[in-house]
Parts: sequence; structure tokens; C-alpha cells
Amino acid sequence: MTPFRALLLRDMRLALRVGGGALMGALFFLIVVTMTPFAIGPDLALLARIGPAILWLGALLASLLALDRLFATDHEDGSLDLLMMGPLPLELSIATKAIAHWLTTGLPLVVIAPLLGLMLNVELRNTGWLALTLLAGTPALTFIGLIGAALAVALRRGGLLLAVLVLPLTVPVLIFGIAAANAAIIGPTPFGPPFTILCALSLASLVLGPIAAAAALRHGLE
Amino acid sequence: MPVIDLANPTRFLAVVNRVLPWLIAATIVLFAVGLFGAMKAPDDYQQGATVKIMFLHVPAAWLGMFGWALMSIAALGTLVWRHPLADVAGKAAAPIGAAFTFICLVTGSLWGRPTWGTYWVWDARLTSMLVLLLLYFGVLALYWTAEEPGRGARAAAVLSLVGAVNLPVIKFSVDWWNTLHQPASVFRMGGSTIDPAILTPLLIMALAFTFLFVALHLAAMRNEILRRRVRNMRLIQAQELHA
Amino acid sequence: MNLGPHADFIVAAYAVTLFVVAALIGWVVLDYFAQCRILGDLEDRGVARRSQRKS
Repeated sequence: MTPFRALLLRDMRLALRVGGGALMGALFFLIVVTMTPFAIGPDLALLARIGPAILWLGALLASLLALDRLFATDHEDGSLDLLMMGPLPLELSIATKAIAHWLTTGLPLVVIAPLLGLMLNVELRNTGWLALTLLAGTPALTFIGLIGAALAVALRRGGLLLAVLVLPLTVPVLIFGIAAANAAIIGPTPFGPPFTILCALSLASLVLGPIAAAAALRHGLE
Repeated sequence: MPVIDLANPTRFLAVVNRVLPWLIAATIVLFAVGLFGAMKAPDDYQQGATVKIMFLHVPAAWLGMFGWALMSIAALGTLVWRHPLADVAGKAAAPIGAAFTFICLVTGSLWGRPTWGTYWVWDARLTSMLVLLLLYFGVLALYWTAEEPGRGARAAAVLSLVGAVNLPVIKFSVDWWNTLHQPASVFRMGGSTIDPAILTPLLIMALAFTFLFVALHLAAMRNEILRRRVRNMRLIQAQELHA
Repeated sequence: MNLGPHADFIVAAYAVTLFVVAALIGWVVLDYFAQCRILGDLEDRGVARRSQRKS
């Protein structure tokens, strides 16, 4: 078994265990979406209009909360130091952890998004498009969030510092994710351009996120 | 004295102590000339006298971005070249750059209300400048809440480099997205499009603000070096008490 | 100097700028005096810097 597969499976198993936080993200997503009509009122037309935005914001916040645990638990028990000395280059280890993180935290968000969309009176057909934009965009949220997580663990602070660092960097993802969702649901602008830019952001952050996070960990933990 | 000697904090402090009074004097003179030119500048045929806000807003925008560029170069100094004063330079630049970005956003908002009819709009340039301010807050959080200055500085250096991506976005946002904020009129191919009676005071004010930035930056670097000396001495004192 | 119908906005903009710049200058100056004072205190109490102790 290659180191890559071993690390990937280890992280996924840990996340899926009880207390591992894998489905907490999806649960938080559900709660946020449930709270929204209490705040805005049950006006169905309004909810349908802002549904895509609520889902994207909810996904963003759920990703943010889950990022805390990406490095923190490993740092506490020393496995982060082992990873830094291990056979895989640190960038690759980080990327592997991030992929595992997205599979266990980001992907569940994408899966329940259509259901939550229905709760917000978004038409069934449109929830599919929404889920597609989330599928393309949540990897970017994870990989950009990596950077904040690495910085926060290097300074032994989590929580709000992480959010303050990560949120400005995720603004483009949010902008293009919403643009793509609205293009598909309301039109008339074409779906293609914002969606391809969203995919490009995910692919770019797939490469740049681990590099920046590795730099943060190396310099922060030396 | 070769430039490399400036890497020594004590020599750097000596240079700052000599240079700073001249910088301050030059800054005052430039502001006097610039403000006089701003008062004398003619009213814009469309905006009237509110164009005078431009003499604050545009230099503040340039310096907000300049501050982050300075932090990014200092970050390379910290992470790549291990220059001893690089993290001092970065930490000193952050609050000053953030303040200028804040001035840019507020004066822009006050300029927008009478001319566009609104205090704020989510167009590309305003949004990316707001993101810049948020990034500044992030770096400040890293510098000021870290337990060890060195560690916080290195983390802030990484964030400075990551956030540098925002600078070209700000610069070209008015070209890429055709929205409310006016496109580039000073630094563009084919020369500026502003009348000299307004362009000259603008450039002088920009120079005055830049000198102000540099003076504040050097003074802040001096303070940071002194602060680190205090910390070292307190650590020594604690060790001696313990021994 | 006639600032036209929107004089309030122009004055407000210059006032905010002045306030922020004054705050920056104040911070730098007060911090300088504070650090010098603390350094003076520490030196008076006989704590020497590392580089001075080596000599």
C-alpha cells in the first residue's frame, strides 16, 4: 500500500468514526438552513430567490468549522511531526489529508444540498445545478482553508482566527459559485464562464493550498 | 557603509535616528505644497468641488496596496533570505497599510454618496479593496496574538505572500469587470487622462503621503526593535532571578 | 473657498483622514516614548543586554 493510500484511508477512517466530525458538517449545514426561514420569514418567493446564496453561505461556514480539526488533532498527539518527517513530501501529505477531509466533510454537504434546497423552495431541477456548483466549489473551500488551518495550528490558536484568515481568501469562490448557481437557475447569463472559473479556482487551490500550508507548518513549527 | 550593515539592528537604529528628522521635514513641506495645490485646484465640470476628495482617496488607495507589496517583499526576506530585519519591516508596515486602506474606503464612500448617490456598492474594485482590509486584519491578528514574535512573524509572512494575489485583482478589476468605479486614468497606456491642474496636486499629495508612510514605517520599525530589546532584557532578568 | 453643495462630504473626508493620520502618528510617538522609558527602567535596575554582557 502506498503512503498516499495509507494516509488517505487513515484520515478518512478517523473522520468517519464517532466523534470524528465527518457528518457534523452536514448536520451544521442542515441547522443553518433551518434557521434561515426563522430569521427571514416564511415568504416562499423570497426564500427561493436567495436559496442558492443561503446554501453557499451555509456550505462555506460548515467547511470553515470543520477545518479546525484538519491539523489540530494530529498536532496534539504528535503525528503531525511524524508526517513532516515521513516518506511523503509534506505538500503531498497535506494534500492527501485535505482530499480525505473533503471526501468526509465537503462531499456530504454536496449530497444533502438538494434536500436542503427543497426546504428553501428551490425547484428540484435547480437543486441539481446548485449541487453541481457546490461540487466544483467545495474543494476550493477546503484547499484554501488549509492555509488558514496551517497558520492557526502553527500559532496554537484555532476557531475565530482561522475564520478571519480564511474568509477573505474564499471570497472569489463564493462570488463565482453564486454567479454560476444564479446563471443556471435564473439566467440569462450563461452558466459556462463562472462555472469554469470555479473549477479553475478549485484546481489552482489544489496545487497552491498545500504549498502555502506546508510553508506555514514548516516555518511555524520549527 | 554598505547597505548590508543595515541588517544590524543597532546600526539600523542609528541610521533611522539620523534620517527621520529630514523625512519628517520633507513630508511637512510636501503636504503644505500639496494641500495648497488641492485648494487651488479647479472644480470638475461634472463633480464640482467633490473632486478634492480624490487628493486623499487615490493616494490612500495606492499606499494601501503599496503597504501590502512591502509586506510581501519583507515576507520573502523572512522566509527565503532570512534577513534579520525583514519580519520587523513587515510587522511595522501592517498597521500603516491597513490605516491607509481604511482611509481609502471611507473617503471613497464619502465621495460616492454625492457623485454616485450611494455610500457603498459591491462592484469589483470596492469589494477587492474591502477584501484587502480584511486580509490586513488577518495579518495583524497573526502578528499581535502570537506568543512568540518570531513564529507569528513567519505565519504572517506566509499570509502576506498568499494575499499578494489580491493586488493585481484590485489593479485590474476595473478593466476586467465593467461596473461602477471609474477605470484607470492615471497609470494607463497612452498617458494620463486627467487635466494637469488636477493631476499635479494629485501627484504631489501622493508623494507627500508616501513620505509620510516611509517616515511612519521607519519609526515603527525602530519601536519594534526597541520592543524586542525590552523582551530580551526581561527574559534575561527572569533567568537571572531564577538562577 | 467655495466647496459647493456637497461641502459636508469634502470636509468629512479630510477630517477622517486627519484623524486617522493623527492616530498613526500618536501611536508611533507614544510607543517610542513607552519603549524608551521601559528600557531606561531596565537598564537602571542593572539588567544588561546580551551584547553588552559579552564584553
